[in-house]
Amino acid sequence: MRRLKRNWQPLLASTLTAISAAWLPLTQPGAPVPIQGMTIALLLLAAALNVILTLEDRGHAIRAGVLFIGAHIPAGMLLSGLDGNEGQMSASFFLMITASWLLAWGTVSELAQIEPRSSAARSFLRLLIPAIFGVWILILWEAVTRGAGIPFILLPPPSAIGARIAGSIATLWADVQQTIFKAVLFGYVVGCASGFAVAILADRFAFLRRGLIPIGNMVSALPIIGVAPIMVMWFGFDWQSKAAVVIIMTFFPMLVNTVAGLATAGTMERDLMRSYASDYWQTLIKLRLPAAMPFIFNALKINSTLALIGAIVAEFFGTPIVGMGFRISTEIGRMNVDMVWAEIAVAALIGSVFYGVVALVERATTFWHPSNRGG
Amino acid sequence: MSVTPPSVVSARKLGLTFQTGDGPVHALSNVDLEVRKGDFVSFIGPSGCGKTTFLRVIADLEKNTDGEITVNGMTPEEARKSRSYGYVFQAPALYPWRTIEKNVALPLEIMGHSAAERAKRIERTLDLVNLSGFGKKYPWQLSGGMQQRASIARALAFDADLLLMDEPFGALDEIVRDHLNAQLLKLWARTEKTICFVTHSIPEAVYLSTRIVVMSPRPGRVTDVIESTLPKERPLEIRETPEFLEIAHRVREGLRAGHSYEE
Ligand SMILES: Nc1ncnc2c1ncn2[C@@H]1O[C@H](COP(=O)(O)OP(=O)(O)OP(=O)(O)O)[C@@H](O)[C@H]1O
Ligand SMILES: [Mg+2]
Repeated sequence: MRRLKRNWQPLLASTLTAISAAWLPLTQPGAPVPIQGMTIALLLLAAALNVILTLEDRGHAIRAGVLFIGAHIPAGMLLSGLDGNEGQMSASFFLMITASWLLAWGTVSELAQIEPRSSAARSFLRLLIPAIFGVWILILWEAVTRGAGIPFILLPPPSAIGARIAGSIATLWADVQQTIFKAVLFGYVVGCASGFAVAILADRFAFLRRGLIPIGNMVSALPIIGVAPIMVMWFGFDWQSKAAVVIIMTFFPMLVNTVAGLATAGTMERDLMRSYASDYWQTLIKLRLPAAMPFIFNALKINSTLALIGAIVAEFFGTPIVGMGFRISTEIGRMNVDMVWAEIAVAALIGSVFYGVVALVERATTFWHPSNRGG
Repeated sequence: MSVTPPSVVSARKLGLTFQTGDGPVHALSNVDLEVRKGDFVSFIGPSGCGKTTFLRVIADLEKNTDGEITVNGMTPEEARKSRSYGYVFQAPALYPWRTIEKNVALPLEIMGHSAAERAKRIERTLDLVNLSGFGKKYPWQLSGGMQQRASIARALAFDADLLLMDEPFGALDEIVRDHLNAQLLKLWARTEKTICFVTHSIPEAVYLSTRIVVMSPRPGRVTDVIESTLPKERPLEIRETPEFLEIAHRVREGLRAGHSYEE
């Protein structure tokens, strides 16, 4: 039972390989470049059986290594067999891709059980596991879109998107400069800073707090992106109108979160400050702002996502002929979906980096918070 | 003694009524008390009898609604503004984003001491509470007892003459408590501070105090003030002497009287 549980991925993979070997070739009759695929089947079988039989009692690292090689060499061969055979692959091909995917799954589950001693090995594993995951999303995407001949318009394969990115670096870079470096960064900095400043004012003056916070809460829940066309009317077609949208979108989350954060310091901590006859600003800087940091970073993280969405979508309503949102809306009209996907990929990458940087600064700043301690 | 030391806390017919949703709560009523310079006064009484409230009135964290109180001859507010007291709360209340050292430095920063002066005082007060070597740690890396000692160091750092302590050792085990009691006495003898100390423990009150104020609840008031006849020099063993037990007995009687009043 334990044996079955530990080996179910290679067991299932070898079964699938055996079935698919009976249905060879990998291509449908009449494919331009017919492929037998016996070698791949043998490789898969060998890797799976090796893991089940001879590596039964070995450590996780060795099993993971064999599974890794056994999954990825056949997968690479299968993908290279796609050239010229788009939409012409047989069931045997998909069974073998599934089998190698199962071996990759086995790799990850073995890797996840390794308990590394050095911290370098630990961070390497922390990167390796999601990397294998991500790569397999791309492999399966590629195999399905090209193997089954899914129309390019519906979903282009990642290889085509990658080629498009490589071929359009200049255009993409110009778009990133326009949208990210101008609209997003400027809007984010100004929106967050003014939200923060107004929060401090609202904290100091009760009438502002009473009037502004309920409105802030309400506006935070609105689809503010709707004001984008109006901003274009007010501030023109260039990046300033997009920055304005970003400012409006990021202002209220920062305001509301900062005001909430300033209220979190405990009564005893405040009484302590009072007993030192500390003035308003001293209490603010030495107690209430540090206590509010988790809230402020929460707003910074929410806003990093909002700013990106805001700037890209705002460009749908009119821009000069450059910008990520502009490119997406025009290229989709010309059916150049690979360019659309290329922009999406770039936006996803920048969004993750942006969020990641904010999260890193957060960890360094709020290390003392119970949720971050010892991590 | 022929000369009476100057008064540090002087309360006359002091009363405080909280207005709550379920009507008024008389936390303190008709409290008359005189604390003189160099006194070590303990407040003892059942839960809810107003011990914390009385300390908070002295500290100007709460305003009395009746009677009068002066601290160092001033109103509590003036006394607070002139930073005349250090307050040790029931919980350590250390700031988790500051190291122990920086926590002790907090009042010094606020009161505008120079960096060199701060470093000197941090070293001295941490040494006083046996925490030298832990200055670079964060509060959450220390045990509860060590945190409480750090909070005492913080209250001592700026050399106020009056120390208000609200059950500072309430959450600690007996051994640590004995140790800290002895250290506190030494500190008090050496620095001639005036200390107001809230506790639930009769032996602790008797061991530490020159005077023990017994309080009773509903409304919170002073039912007895017991002058200690113990000498200023008090080894821990003094707690087994007949004299000590006699005072402890009187405190217990006082507490009982307060309780029976209720029934
Ligand atoms: N902020 C407040 N609002 C309303 N009632 C209060 C407030 N603070 C204290 N009280 C009431 O005043 C009374 C005295 O409270 P206090 O905290 O001084 O008691 P205590 O003697 O310190 O008790 P314990 O030994 O449990 O700490 C209690 O009945 C309490 O409910
Ligand atoms: Mg209390």
